Amino acid sequence: MAVYVPNPYLPEIGTVTEVIPETPNIKTIRVLLRDPERMKNFNFRPGQVAQLSVFGVGEATFVINSPPTCKDYLQFSVMKVGEVTNRIHQLVPGDIIGVRGPLGNGFPYEMMEGKDILFIAGGIGMAPLRTLLLFMLENKNNYGEISLIYGARTPQDMCYRYEIPVWQKRGVNVVLTVDTEAPGWTHRVGFVPTVLSEEAPSPKDRIAIVCGPPIMIKFVLFGLRELGFEDWQIYTTLEKRMKCGIGICGRCNMGEKFVCLDGPVFSMEELQSMVPEL
Amino acid sequence: MVARRKEKKSQNRIFIPLEGLNQTLENLSKHFTVWVPMPSGENEWSLEFKPLHRGCKILLDRQSTLPPKKVILPQGQTLIEYEYKKSESDPSKQDLVLREVIDESPIIVFGTRPCDVRGFLVCDKVFLQGRYIDVYYRARRLNTLFATLFCREADDACFCSSVGSGPADMEGSDIGITPIDGGWILEGLTDRASEIFSLCDCEAPDEKQIEDARRVQEEVRSMRVGNLRTDGVLEGVKGQFQNMELWRDIAESCLSCGVCTYVCPTCYCFTITDEPQGLRGERLRSWDSCMFYQYTQEASGHNPRPTKLERYRNRLGHKFSYFPLRYSGMIACCGCGRCIRSCPVSIDIRQGVERVREAHHGCVCS
Ligand code: SF4
Ligand code: SF4
Ligand code: FES
Repeated sequence: MAVYVPNPYLPEIGTVTEVIPETPNIKTIRVLLRDPERMKNFNFRPGQVAQLSVFGVGEATFVINSPPTCKDYLQFSVMKVGEVTNRIHQLVPGDIIGVRGPLGNGFPYEMMEGKDILFIAGGIGMAPLRTLLLFMLENKNNYGEISLIYGARTPQDMCYRYEIPVWQKRGVNVVLTVDTEAPGWTHRVGFVPTVLSEEAPSPKDRIAIVCGPPIMIKFVLFGLRELGFEDWQIYTTLEKRMKCGIGICGRCNMGEKFVCLDGPVFSMEELQSMVPEL
Repeated sequence: MVARRKEKKSQNRIFIPLEGLNQTLENLSKHFTVWVPMPSGENEWSLEFKPLHRGCKILLDRQSTLPPKKVILPQGQTLIEYEYKKSESDPSKQDLVLREVIDESPIIVFGTRPCDVRGFLVCDKVFLQGRYIDVYYRARRLNTLFATLFCREADDACFCSSVGSGPADMEGSDIGITPIDGGWILEGLTDRASEIFSLCDCEAPDEKQIEDARRVQEEVRSMRVGNLRTDGVLEGVKGQFQNMELWRDIAESCLSCGVCTYVCPTCYCFTITDEPQGLRGERLRSWDSCMFYQYTQEASGHNPRPTKLERYRNRLGHKFSYFPLRYSGMIACCGCGRCIRSCPVSIDIRQGVERVREAHHGCVCS
């Protein structure tokens, strides 16, 4: 009679193994699930998210930004914006953290095979793209040219600075930019949308994946369309206030879609058919 | 759907006389928690479902002010208890112990109306039939039986027949209650009913009572409650999404008080919060409301539904468009009319639906 139904609200218990300061208000943490079986079988797609829990404070949603093949840890980059994220920033290696996931849809990387890939990121928006970028580098033969335009307010606000040279060595064509001149900065200066139009990548056989602050996304979209990109060629990931993360609590809907369940990744084409309630 | 067979040992019908109601339900309460509609406070103005207690006043003469939603979906509910402890294997480390609090105790809700049960059928789609199953809801839902009245108490706000239900709709109920002269006839609708009847210690009804009940049911079945038309709303909400004139027209006077969601049998939105007490505590879920500003406010301060217009649009849209689009056409409204009766500024969701329809059909879409 009794059917076992897993409890989707019950987090796995994990241990923080490493904390990497990225910027003045972003930290990356690595988490190992305590149950080795669960760790081994924690399969996810690039772009999927998890709810991190600090019991006593609450939960918040973060994209898993380690590549799916990495079984040593799950990685999350956390910007300090509220109570839960403040608390996560205080964690040190050895501390306990709850992990509920993977949740959401992830990127449809299968349909991107054979195409050139253009990543466009602003600030913490690099986090969701990092997993997909690493995944594609691991499967490099399936994709064409991979390029990245990454912008931040100042050089100090740029995440994963320490590994960008590695990406370049592995063949990613990287363009970095900051909003204003800074001492020692040798890359571009200017907003991401401007740099995009200067770079003027061709839309032919290319998929653009955009993530960053809403205002950046807005102008980047404008720029991409200007360059001839069509809506089906453009992907982005949405952020909404979430609680359950599993399409039940009702909070994150846009019309009949739930960002937590049907997203967070959407193509521009899908977004156009949804109610405009961003 | 009611099995036709002669009343023998295992009864399929019992008769409860007026004066025997409390005693009968007290018999049941030895085995179940029995929820019944009774006065909320001192006076009898407002009714709500509460667990039966000795000598309580059970009122089956009108719809309860608050629906029985909380029986399955408590207003506040512990999901997980947690405790930080010293690790036994390595005392220099901390351990976290989690305990799921799942309530599987058996429940009977006695005196629901078809609209009340319809509310749970709507919620079932979300909590039981999606990609994830809500184990807390499931545990309570599977262990709850509904004894539902053939409803003769429609008022001006009722419109159950307009949204796929009706005053004789017994879908989802285990027992049908038919009020007749001198008492009630209870009829088993699912096989879980006979167990209940065997615990009730009641007589089987006589021929005349059965005939009376049949006549009452026939009368209730012939009633059509409400005349709301919902065709075109499904597309209309999306089509008129940015017609803020329309939404202002509908929701200008809304106070964002959330009463409509509070009294609604199908409004299930919730929040999850932690309540710490030192090194231990609870993760709770509590009712929330899409009519509140904070509901969608993001950590950055940005709010995709900044005014009451967007929020009311979401409430109406969710019930009459988004929900049916997602869950095979089912409207997420049971027609009970509670939001209409309770709204402090008399906003009537039927008028909202009507205006969306008009605007949609009136628009020249080429
Ligand atoms: S909505 Fe229908 S079932 Fe509910 S109280 Fe009114 S008439 Fe009865
Ligand atoms: S009860 Fe009326 S005023 Fe209150 S939130 Fe609902 S529609 Fe607005
Ligand atoms: S976060 Fe609960 S429905 Fe999406």
